[in-house]
Amino acid sequence: MDFFSDIPLPLLIAALLAFYMAWAIGANDVANAMGTSVGSGALTIGGAIIVAAIFEFAGAFLAGGHVTDTVRKGMLDMSLLDRDQLIYGMLASLASAGTLLIGATRFGLPISTTHSIVGAIVGFGAVAIGIDAVNWPKVLQIALSWITSPLLAGVIAFGIFHLIRSTILNETDPVRQIRKYGPAFFFFVFFIIGLVTLFKGLKHINLDLNLIQALAGSIALGFLGAGIGAFFIRRVQIGKTDPNHRFDQVERIFVVLQILTACAIAFAHGSNDVANAIGPLAAIVNAVENVDLTAKAPVAPWMLAIGGLGIVIGLATWGYRVMETVGKKITELTPSRGFAAQLAAASTIVLASRLGIPISTTHTLVGAVLGVGLARGITALDLRVVGNILASWIATLPIAAALSVFFYFFFKGLLSA
Amino acid sequence: MSWIDKLVRQSPIEPIQKHMHVAVLCAREILPLLDAMESADDDSIRERRSEIDRLEHEADAIKHEIRSHLPRRLMMAIDRRTILEILDYQDSIADTTQDIAELVDQRKMYLPKELKTSILPLAQRVVAACEQGQRVINELDELIETGFGESEVARVDEMILELGRLESETDDLQDKAARTLFSMESELGIATIFWHQIISWIANLADLSERVGNRLRLLIAT
Repeated sequence: MDFFSDIPLPLLIAALLAFYMAWAIGANDVANAMGTSVGSGALTIGGAIIVAAIFEFAGAFLAGGHVTDTVRKGMLDMSLLDRDQLIYGMLASLASAGTLLIGATRFGLPISTTHSIVGAIVGFGAVAIGIDAVNWPKVLQIALSWITSPLLAGVIAFGIFHLIRSTILNETDPVRQIRKYGPAFFFFVFFIIGLVTLFKGLKHINLDLNLIQALAGSIALGFLGAGIGAFFIRRVQIGKTDPNHRFDQVERIFVVLQILTACAIAFAHGSNDVANAIGPLAAIVNAVENVDLTAKAPVAPWMLAIGGLGIVIGLATWGYRVMETVGKKITELTPSRGFAAQLAAASTIVLASRLGIPISTTHTLVGAVLGVGLARGITALDLRVVGNILASWIATLPIAAALSVFFYFFFKGLLSA
Repeated sequence: MSWIDKLVRQSPIEPIQKHMHVAVLCAREILPLLDAMESADDDSIRERRSEIDRLEHEADAIKHEIRSHLPRRLMMAIDRRTILEILDYQDSIADTTQDIAELVDQRKMYLPKELKTSILPLAQRVVAACEQGQRVINELDELIETGFGESEVARVDEMILELGRLESETDDLQDKAARTLFSMESELGIATIFWHQIISWIANLADLSERVGNRLRLLIAT
């Protein structure tokens, strides 16, 4: 085992922890993001796994770099940290978030990986190194985005639901309307994903497009999407009209649109959450390789690939079981509602990913569902869930910070000898 | 598990429709009950009564189930109070039917031919009004689906207007039935009072159905 002994110990621990994080994100988070599509019958469990694997990986690899950069070095003042401090701290952050994740899984608490990682990094930075070591404006911006992202998703979802109500559901022939407008929604989703990915987003694979090129590419991608949409929408078997459920046919077509937004959610999730696992690892790799800590080196593609792979393996090994439990319950969220909420959430998350802001996918999705509810689109929403999430939002930060301080000194003692 | 699934709670709409379905089934039992009363057959009257009792119990069970799943913390497209009020009116349809069957069975109310010719049309119209109320309630899920869209609201409004027309027809028929009853007062004696009670109760079923519709109309007008 000469190969392993060549790898420095911190790097080995970091790689293991990062892989565990990615695995756990794939195993738990993805089921949360995709569960509604499985529950409403839009996707089978196998279908959800495949869709999630492809789009999570694509999101992580193609658009995961910005957030990873933020987690790697955005929240701390790198000029105040020495190499060892950064290594112990990032190891501590991974260990802290990993522990919280195990606890959350064990007790079924709504803990966000993003919140734990951010809390952990700020925690070791502020306590173990010094208040000044934390880049507070950036951290404040991130914390504010945790309030604004569900709000924004809610507002967008409210708008999207009003839009599908006035253009489709409220018309005399909703089936004809959705056939007409469905491809436009496909265009929009592909266009947004294209724009976010192409515009200065692919530097790490040596593809640096300017705005005009990115726009042209995105429009082309949008039309491709519209074509795919038109094809699948035409293929839907809408069945006979049931006088007691006159909107069943439209909902059957919305299933196709919901699958589209499930893909968008998977992409968005990959682009944002992969950073939780890879950001600290990237920081440690840089430090171990003795690269200038303040350098503006982009995240290496191989790291994003590892993160993406970890998520996919998490999905395949454990996510399957989670999805099975989620999928057995029939969601009250019908495809049209699921579509509105997911489209809003995916747009918000992808936007945040492009801006390099780590946010919580689940919280954003919850905000979007509330937005549809406020538009009187959902019969009953349990506001206690919102309360639980707010409570865990607040509780996660100090716990993650405290754990991270503990692990910081643990790793310092373990590795500095 | 999935937080989205915990956030989106089970909709009470389908149980409400089920409840109305059972309540109207119960009200419909008035017609065979009148037949049994006409044939003065105690066994078949008791049989009708037990069927009505069974349906009333079923409606009650559904009502309790709905109520116990409507905690205050829910945010709903139809507000909690409206749902509970609609549920109460629907439940009264079954309750009132049960009152009728009870009195008929206890006091052996055998229906004279002359009286039947005016009570039967009333009962048929009342049942029609109840069925119209059920049609209105069956639109609840479509109302939610369209997010209370204008064309769906207009459709339901029209159905509620029709319900109002049916109800006012039952008013006229009730008036006729009462007049027939009082013209027979000397031969019926003290039973007149109970027949009058039964006629009022039957007519009341249509009022309750209309109230279900009116409550819904208030909801969609906002």
